[in-house]
Amino acid sequence: MDNLFWLSDEKILEKFEVELNRLKVESNAKATFLIDKNGQLIGSSKNTENYDKTSIGALVAGNVAATGGLANLLGEKEFSILFHEGENEHVHISLVAGKLILVVIFDETTSLGLIRLRVKKSLKVFEKLLRDLEKSSQENNRENIFSDITEDDIDNLFNIGGE
Amino acid sequence: MSFINYSTREINCKIVYYGPGLCGKTANLQYIYDKTDPNLKGKMISLATETDRTLFFDFMPLKLGEIKGFKVRFHLYTVPGQVFYDASRKLILKGADGVVFVADSQMDRMDANLDSFDNLRDNLKEHGYDLDTIPLVLQYNKRDLPDIVPVKELEEALNFRGVKSFEAIAIKGVGVFETLKQIAKEIIIKLKG
Ligand SMILES: Nc1nc2c(ncn2[C@@H]2O[C@H](COP(=O)(O)OP(=O)(O)O)[C@@H](O)[C@H]2O)c(=O)[nH]1
Ligand SMILES: [Mg+2]
Repeated sequence: MDNLFWLSDEKILEKFEVELNRLKVESNAKATFLIDKNGQLIGSSKNTENYDKTSIGALVAGNVAATGGLANLLGEKEFSILFHEGENEHVHISLVAGKLILVVIFDETTSLGLIRLRVKKSLKVFEKLLRDLEKSSQENNRENIFSDITEDDIDNLFNIGGE
Repeated sequence: MSFINYSTREINCKIVYYGPGLCGKTANLQYIYDKTDPNLKGKMISLATETDRTLFFDFMPLKLGEIKGFKVRFHLYTVPGQVFYDASRKLILKGADGVVFVADSQMDRMDANLDSFDNLRDNLKEHGYDLDTIPLVLQYNKRDLPDIVPVKELEEALNFRGVKSFEAIAIKGVGVFETLKQIAKEIIIKLKG
Protein backbone atom coordinates (compact mmCIF):
# COMPACT_ATOMS: atom_id res chain seq x y z
CA MET A 1 0.00 0.00 0.00
CA ASP A 2 2.85 2.38 -0.71
CA ASN A 3 0.71 4.47 -3.03
CA LEU A 4 -1.25 5.77 -0.07
CA PHE A 5 -0.61 8.88 1.88
CA TRP A 6 -1.64 8.30 5.46
CA LEU A 7 -2.45 11.04 7.85
CA SER A 8 -2.67 9.05 10.97
CA ASP A 9 -1.06 10.88 13.83
CA GLU A 10 -3.59 13.28 15.26
CA LYS A 11 -1.15 14.83 17.71
CA ILE A 12 1.15 15.87 14.91
CA LEU A 13 -1.75 17.16 12.84
CA GLU A 14 -2.79 19.32 15.75
CA LYS A 15 0.70 20.76 15.92
CA PHE A 16 0.46 21.69 12.26
CA GLU A 17 -2.70 23.64 13.02
CA VAL A 18 -1.17 25.33 16.04
CA GLU A 19 1.66 26.56 13.85
CA LEU A 20 -0.75 27.61 11.08
CA ASN A 21 -2.59 29.72 13.63
CA ARG A 22 0.54 31.20 15.07
CA LEU A 23 1.70 32.15 11.58
CA LYS A 24 -1.65 33.74 10.82
CA VAL A 25 -1.65 35.80 14.02
CA GLU A 26 2.00 36.82 13.98
CA SER A 27 1.98 37.86 10.33
CA ASN A 28 -1.45 39.47 10.60
CA ALA A 29 -2.65 37.38 7.66
CA LYS A 30 -6.28 36.52 6.89
CA ALA A 31 -5.86 32.78 6.55
CA THR A 32 -3.21 30.09 6.30
CA PHE A 33 -3.52 26.63 4.75
CA LEU A 34 -1.32 23.62 4.36
CA ILE A 35 -2.03 21.29 1.45
CA ASP A 36 -0.25 18.42 -0.24
CA LYS A 37 0.97 18.55 -3.81
CA ASN A 38 -2.22 16.91 -5.06
CA GLY A 39 -4.29 19.65 -3.48
CA GLN A 40 -5.54 17.73 -0.43
CA LEU A 41 -6.00 19.87 2.64
CA ILE A 42 -3.83 18.93 5.59
CA GLY A 43 -4.68 21.79 7.89
CA SER A 44 -5.86 25.36 8.13
CA SER A 45 -5.88 28.26 10.56
CA LYS A 46 -8.99 28.96 12.61
CA ASN A 47 -12.05 30.76 11.23
CA THR A 48 -11.60 29.72 7.63
CA GLU A 49 -15.14 28.39 7.13
CA ASN A 50 -15.83 31.00 4.48
CA TYR A 51 -13.05 29.79 2.23
CA ASP A 52 -13.76 27.08 -0.34
CA LYS A 53 -10.76 25.01 0.75
CA THR A 54 -11.30 22.18 -1.71
CA SER A 55 -11.18 24.59 -4.64
CA ILE A 56 -8.24 26.49 -3.16
CA GLY A 57 -6.39 23.19 -2.75
CA ALA A 58 -6.96 22.11 -6.35
CA LEU A 59 -6.06 25.49 -7.83
CA VAL A 60 -2.97 26.09 -5.71
CA ALA A 61 -1.72 22.56 -6.41
CA GLY A 62 -2.28 23.14 -10.14
CA ASN A 63 -0.49 26.44 -9.83
CA VAL A 64 2.50 24.88 -8.07
CA ALA A 65 2.59 21.99 -10.55
CA ALA A 66 2.57 24.39 -13.51
CA THR A 67 5.35 26.58 -12.14
CA GLY A 68 7.27 23.44 -11.16
CA GLY A 69 7.07 22.29 -14.78
CA LEU A 70 8.30 25.68 -15.87
CA ALA A 71 11.18 25.48 -13.40
CA ASN A 72 12.27 22.13 -14.79
CA LEU A 73 12.15 23.51 -18.29
CA LEU A 74 14.52 26.29 -17.26
CA GLY A 75 16.84 23.93 -15.42
CA GLU A 76 15.70 24.97 -11.96
CA LYS A 77 14.78 22.40 -9.35
CA GLU A 78 11.68 24.33 -8.32
CA PHE A 79 10.41 27.81 -7.64
CA SER A 80 10.11 27.58 -3.90
CA ILE A 81 8.05 30.76 -3.47
CA LEU A 82 5.14 32.11 -5.49
CA PHE A 83 3.42 35.40 -4.89
CA HIS A 84 0.17 36.60 -6.41
CA GLU A 85 -0.75 40.20 -5.96
CA GLY A 86 -4.36 41.30 -6.26
CA GLU A 87 -5.93 44.68 -5.74
CA ASN A 88 -6.99 43.79 -2.20
CA GLU A 89 -6.05 40.19 -1.53
CA HIS A 90 -2.66 38.64 -1.97
CA VAL A 91 -1.50 35.06 -1.87
CA HIS A 92 1.92 33.87 -0.74
CA ILE A 93 2.73 30.25 -1.58
CA SER A 94 5.79 28.34 -0.45
CA LEU A 95 6.96 24.74 -0.48
CA VAL A 96 7.65 22.78 2.69
CA ALA A 97 10.59 20.47 2.00
CA GLY A 98 9.38 20.25 -1.60
CA LYS A 99 6.45 18.10 -0.41
CA LEU A 100 3.74 20.25 1.10
CA ILE A 101 2.42 23.66 0.13
CA LEU A 102 1.94 26.50 2.58
CA VAL A 103 -0.61 29.11 1.50
CA VAL A 104 -0.95 32.49 3.20
CA ILE A 105 -3.76 34.85 2.22
CA PHE A 106 -3.37 38.44 3.34
CA ASP A 107 -4.38 42.03 2.60
CA GLU A 108 -3.19 45.60 3.12
CA THR A 109 -3.29 45.33 6.91
CA THR A 110 0.10 43.65 6.75
CA SER A 111 3.07 43.66 4.37
CA LEU A 112 4.81 41.21 2.11
CA GLY A 113 8.00 41.74 4.08
CA LEU A 114 6.42 40.64 7.33
CA ILE A 115 4.72 37.68 5.66
CA ARG A 116 8.01 36.50 4.18
CA LEU A 117 9.80 36.81 7.49
CA ARG A 118 7.18 34.86 9.43
CA VAL A 119 6.76 32.24 6.72
CA LYS A 120 10.46 31.56 6.80
CA LYS A 121 10.28 30.91 10.53
CA SER A 122 7.22 28.68 10.21
CA LEU A 123 8.70 26.64 7.37
CA LYS A 124 11.33 25.30 9.76
CA VAL A 125 8.61 24.17 12.14
CA PHE A 126 6.56 22.57 9.36
CA GLU A 127 9.62 20.76 8.02
CA LYS A 128 10.25 19.24 11.42
CA LEU A 129 6.59 18.25 11.82
CA LEU A 130 6.62 16.70 8.37
CA ARG A 131 9.60 14.55 9.34
CA ASP A 132 7.76 13.50 12.51
CA LEU A 133 4.68 12.67 10.47
CA GLU A 134 6.62 10.56 8.01
CA LYS A 135 8.32 8.74 10.81
CA SER A 136 5.06 8.06 12.60
CA SER A 137 3.38 6.77 9.42
CA GLN A 138 6.19 4.28 9.02
CA GLU A 139 5.90 3.08 12.57
CA ASN A 140 2.13 2.88 12.76
CA ASN A 141 0.80 0.26 10.46
CA ARG A 142 -2.87 1.06 10.44
CA GLU A 143 -5.44 -1.61 9.75
CA ASN A 144 -6.41 -1.85 6.11
CA ILE A 145 -9.95 -0.53 6.29
CA PHE A 146 -10.64 -1.85 2.82
CA SER A 147 -9.66 -5.42 3.43
CA ASP A 148 -13.11 -6.92 3.97
CA ILE A 149 -15.45 -4.59 2.10
CA THR A 150 -17.95 -6.09 -0.31
CA GLU A 151 -19.40 -5.16 -3.69
CA ASP A 152 -22.49 -4.00 -1.82
CA ASP A 153 -20.46 -1.59 0.29
CA ILE A 154 -19.11 -0.09 -2.89
CA ASP A 155 -22.53 0.11 -4.56
CA ASN A 156 -23.89 1.86 -1.49
CA LEU A 157 -21.41 4.66 -1.95
CA PHE A 158 -23.30 5.80 -4.98
CA ASN A 159 -26.57 7.14 -3.67
CA ILE A 160 -25.62 10.53 -5.01
CA GLY A 161 -28.38 11.41 -7.42
CA GLY A 162 -27.74 10.65 -11.05
CA GLU A 163 -30.16 8.09 -12.40
CA MET B 1 -2.19 8.48 -4.63
CA SER B 2 -5.10 7.92 -2.30
CA PHE B 3 -5.11 10.09 0.73
CA ILE B 4 -6.47 8.73 3.98
CA ASN B 5 -6.97 11.09 6.87
CA TYR B 6 -7.57 9.21 10.09
CA SER B 7 -8.34 12.27 12.14
CA THR B 8 -11.11 13.56 9.88
CA ARG B 9 -11.93 9.99 8.75
CA GLU B 10 -11.80 10.77 5.07
CA ILE B 11 -10.50 8.93 2.06
CA ASN B 12 -9.71 10.93 -1.05
CA CYS B 13 -9.03 9.45 -4.48
CA LYS B 14 -8.17 11.10 -7.78
CA ILE B 15 -9.79 10.12 -11.08
CA VAL B 16 -8.51 11.55 -14.35
CA TYR B 17 -10.59 11.66 -17.55
CA TYR B 18 -8.21 11.34 -20.48
CA GLY B 19 -8.72 11.33 -24.24
CA PRO B 20 -8.29 13.33 -27.44
CA GLY B 21 -9.51 16.91 -27.83
CA LEU B 22 -13.30 17.28 -28.05
CA CYS B 23 -14.04 13.63 -27.20
CA GLY B 24 -16.38 14.68 -24.38
CA LYS B 25 -14.34 14.68 -21.16
CA THR B 26 -15.67 18.00 -19.96
CA ALA B 27 -19.18 16.91 -20.96
CA ASN B 28 -18.84 13.90 -18.62
CA LEU B 29 -17.93 16.10 -15.66
CA GLN B 30 -20.59 18.64 -16.50
CA TYR B 31 -23.28 15.97 -16.53
CA ILE B 32 -22.11 14.49 -13.23
CA TYR B 33 -22.07 17.98 -11.77
CA ASP B 34 -25.57 18.81 -12.99
CA LYS B 35 -27.09 15.60 -11.68
CA THR B 36 -25.43 15.35 -8.31
CA ASP B 37 -27.16 16.43 -5.12
CA PRO B 38 -25.78 19.90 -4.23
CA ASN B 39 -24.81 18.70 -0.75
CA LEU B 40 -22.52 16.09 -2.20
CA LYS B 41 -20.47 18.18 -4.56
CA GLY B 42 -18.16 21.14 -4.38
CA LYS B 43 -17.63 23.74 -7.02
CA MET B 44 -16.75 22.65 -10.55
CA ILE B 45 -13.71 24.55 -11.71
CA SER B 46 -12.98 24.83 -15.42
CA LEU B 47 -9.75 26.40 -16.54
CA ALA B 48 -10.73 26.93 -20.15
CA THR B 49 -9.87 29.17 -23.07
CA GLU B 50 -12.28 31.81 -24.26
CA THR B 51 -13.65 29.32 -26.75
CA ASP B 52 -14.38 26.80 -23.99
CA ARG B 53 -11.53 24.45 -24.74
CA THR B 54 -9.94 23.02 -21.62
CA LEU B 55 -6.72 24.91 -21.06
CA PHE B 56 -5.38 23.28 -17.93
CA PHE B 57 -8.02 21.15 -16.24
CA ASP B 58 -11.59 20.79 -15.06
CA PHE B 59 -11.96 19.82 -11.44
CA MET B 60 -14.87 18.62 -9.40
CA PRO B 61 -14.92 17.16 -5.88
CA LEU B 62 -17.57 14.54 -5.19
CA LYS B 63 -18.60 13.23 -1.78
CA LEU B 64 -19.81 9.68 -1.85
CA GLY B 65 -21.12 7.62 1.04
CA GLU B 66 -19.07 6.00 3.76
CA ILE B 67 -17.06 2.84 4.06
CA LYS B 68 -16.58 1.72 7.64
CA GLY B 69 -17.13 5.20 8.97
CA PHE B 70 -14.72 6.77 6.48
CA LYS B 71 -16.17 9.38 4.15
CA VAL B 72 -15.19 8.57 0.60
CA ARG B 73 -14.42 11.49 -1.70
CA PHE B 74 -13.42 11.49 -5.31
CA HIS B 75 -11.65 14.32 -7.04
CA LEU B 76 -12.45 14.26 -10.74
CA TYR B 77 -10.12 15.91 -13.21
CA THR B 78 -10.10 16.22 -16.99
CA VAL B 79 -6.98 16.93 -19.01
CA PRO B 80 -6.75 19.27 -21.99
CA GLY B 81 -6.97 17.03 -25.04
CA GLN B 82 -5.17 19.14 -27.56
CA VAL B 83 -1.80 17.71 -28.56
CA PHE B 84 0.21 20.81 -27.71
CA TYR B 85 -0.90 20.85 -24.09
CA ASP B 86 1.08 17.74 -23.29
CA ALA B 87 3.09 19.35 -20.49
CA SER B 88 -0.13 20.21 -18.64
CA ARG B 89 -1.57 16.74 -19.21
CA LYS B 90 1.44 15.21 -17.57
CA LEU B 91 1.04 17.37 -14.48
CA ILE B 92 -2.60 16.45 -14.00
CA LEU B 93 -1.95 12.75 -14.33
CA LYS B 94 0.39 12.85 -11.36
CA GLY B 95 -1.12 11.20 -8.32
CA ALA B 96 -4.03 9.66 -10.27
CA ASP B 97 -5.62 6.59 -8.68
CA GLY B 98 -7.53 5.68 -11.80
CA VAL B 99 -8.09 6.77 -15.38
CA VAL B 100 -11.19 6.95 -17.57
CA PHE B 101 -10.17 6.95 -21.20
CA VAL B 102 -12.87 8.66 -23.26
CA ALA B 103 -12.70 7.75 -26.93
CA ASP B 104 -14.50 9.68 -29.66
CA SER B 105 -16.49 7.12 -31.64
CA GLN B 106 -16.47 9.12 -34.88
CA MET B 107 -14.58 7.44 -37.75
CA ASP B 108 -12.40 10.44 -38.43
CA ARG B 109 -11.29 10.66 -34.78
CA MET B 110 -9.87 7.15 -34.65
CA ASP B 111 -6.29 8.27 -35.21
CA ALA B 112 -6.69 10.88 -32.50
CA ASN B 113 -7.94 8.17 -30.11
CA LEU B 114 -4.95 5.98 -30.80
CA ASP B 115 -2.48 8.84 -30.45
CA SER B 116 -4.04 9.91 -27.18
CA PHE B 117 -3.94 6.36 -25.85
CA ASP B 118 -0.22 6.08 -26.67
CA ASN B 119 0.31 9.45 -25.07
CA LEU B 120 -1.46 8.19 -21.93
CA ARG B 121 0.88 5.24 -21.76
CA ASP B 122 3.96 7.46 -22.12
CA ASN B 123 2.81 10.00 -19.58
CA LEU B 124 1.86 7.34 -17.03
CA LYS B 125 5.27 5.79 -17.45
CA GLU B 126 6.94 9.10 -16.65
CA HIS B 127 5.19 9.08 -13.28
CA GLY B 128 6.16 5.47 -12.70
CA TYR B 129 2.69 4.07 -13.42
CA ASP B 130 1.85 1.33 -15.85
CA LEU B 131 -1.08 1.47 -18.25
CA ASP B 132 -1.29 -2.30 -17.97
CA THR B 133 -2.06 -2.22 -14.24
CA ILE B 134 -3.54 1.16 -13.24
CA PRO B 135 -7.33 1.10 -12.65
CA LEU B 136 -8.75 1.91 -16.07
CA VAL B 137 -12.17 2.14 -17.69
CA LEU B 138 -12.91 2.89 -21.34
CA GLN B 139 -15.80 4.97 -22.59
CA TYR B 140 -16.86 5.05 -26.24
CA ASN B 141 -18.57 8.40 -26.49
CA LYS B 142 -20.76 10.15 -29.08
CA ARG B 143 -22.72 7.02 -29.95
CA ASP B 144 -25.54 9.29 -31.15
CA LEU B 145 -23.61 10.56 -34.16
CA PRO B 146 -23.56 9.13 -37.71
CA ASP B 147 -20.35 7.66 -39.12
CA ILE B 148 -19.19 6.03 -35.96
CA VAL B 149 -16.84 3.08 -35.53
CA PRO B 150 -18.55 -0.16 -34.40
CA VAL B 151 -17.90 -0.99 -30.75
CA LYS B 152 -16.24 -4.24 -31.72
CA GLU B 153 -13.59 -2.36 -33.67
CA LEU B 154 -13.04 0.13 -30.87
CA GLU B 155 -12.58 -2.79 -28.48
CA GLU B 156 -10.01 -4.35 -30.75
CA ALA B 157 -8.13 -1.10 -31.18
CA LEU B 158 -8.13 0.12 -27.59
CA ASN B 159 -9.18 -2.51 -25.12
CA PHE B 160 -6.20 -4.85 -25.15
CA ARG B 161 -6.48 -5.23 -21.38
CA GLY B 162 -10.09 -6.33 -21.53
CA VAL B 163 -11.22 -3.77 -18.95
CA LYS B 164 -14.85 -2.71 -18.59
CA SER B 165 -16.00 -0.38 -21.33
CA PHE B 166 -19.17 1.65 -21.80
CA GLU B 167 -20.96 3.20 -24.75
CA ALA B 168 -21.91 6.77 -24.00
CA ILE B 169 -23.64 9.92 -25.12
CA ALA B 170 -22.06 12.23 -22.59
CA ILE B 171 -24.14 15.31 -23.43
CA LYS B 172 -27.29 13.32 -22.65
CA GLY B 173 -25.76 11.49 -19.72
CA VAL B 174 -25.95 8.05 -21.29
CA GLY B 175 -23.21 5.88 -19.80
CA VAL B 176 -21.76 8.69 -17.69
CA PHE B 177 -22.60 7.44 -14.19
CA GLU B 178 -21.97 3.82 -15.22
CA THR B 179 -18.44 4.82 -16.21
CA LEU B 180 -17.85 6.74 -12.99
CA LYS B 181 -19.14 3.94 -10.78
CA GLN B 182 -16.97 1.42 -12.52
CA ILE B 183 -13.74 3.39 -12.14
CA ALA B 184 -14.57 4.08 -8.49
CA LYS B 185 -15.07 0.37 -8.00
CA GLU B 186 -11.78 -0.50 -9.66
CA ILE B 187 -9.93 1.97 -7.47
CA ILE B 188 -11.43 0.66 -4.24
CA ILE B 189 -10.82 -2.94 -5.24
CA LYS B 190 -7.19 -2.05 -5.87
CA LEU B 191 -6.96 -0.43 -2.42
CA LYS B 192 -8.37 -3.60 -0.95
CA GLY B 193 -5.17 -5.25 -2.14
N1 LIG C 1 -23.31 14.59 -30.35
C1 LIG C 1 -22.55 14.52 -29.25
N2 LIG C 1 -21.76 15.56 -28.93
C2 LIG C 1 -21.00 15.47 -27.82
C3 LIG C 1 -21.04 14.32 -26.98
N3 LIG C 1 -20.19 14.54 -25.94
C4 LIG C 1 -19.66 15.76 -26.13
N4 LIG C 1 -20.14 16.33 -27.25
C5 LIG C 1 -19.81 17.64 -27.82
O1 LIG C 1 -18.46 17.61 -28.25
C6 LIG C 1 -17.82 18.86 -28.02
C7 LIG C 1 -16.59 18.69 -27.15
O2 LIG C 1 -16.96 18.23 -25.87
P1 LIG C 1 -16.06 18.50 -24.59
O3 LIG C 1 -16.70 17.82 -23.44
O4 LIG C 1 -15.76 19.94 -24.46
O5 LIG C 1 -14.74 17.73 -25.03
P2 LIG C 1 -13.33 17.63 -24.27
O6 LIG C 1 -12.36 18.39 -25.14
O7 LIG C 1 -13.02 16.17 -24.28
O8 LIG C 1 -13.47 18.20 -22.92
C8 LIG C 1 -18.87 19.74 -27.36
O9 LIG C 1 -19.44 20.55 -28.35
C9 LIG C 1 -19.88 18.77 -26.81
O10 LIG C 1 -21.18 19.31 -26.76
C10 LIG C 1 -21.90 13.24 -27.35
O11 LIG C 1 -22.00 12.20 -26.71
N5 LIG C 1 -22.62 13.40 -28.51
MG1 LIG D 1 -12.42 19.68 -22.02
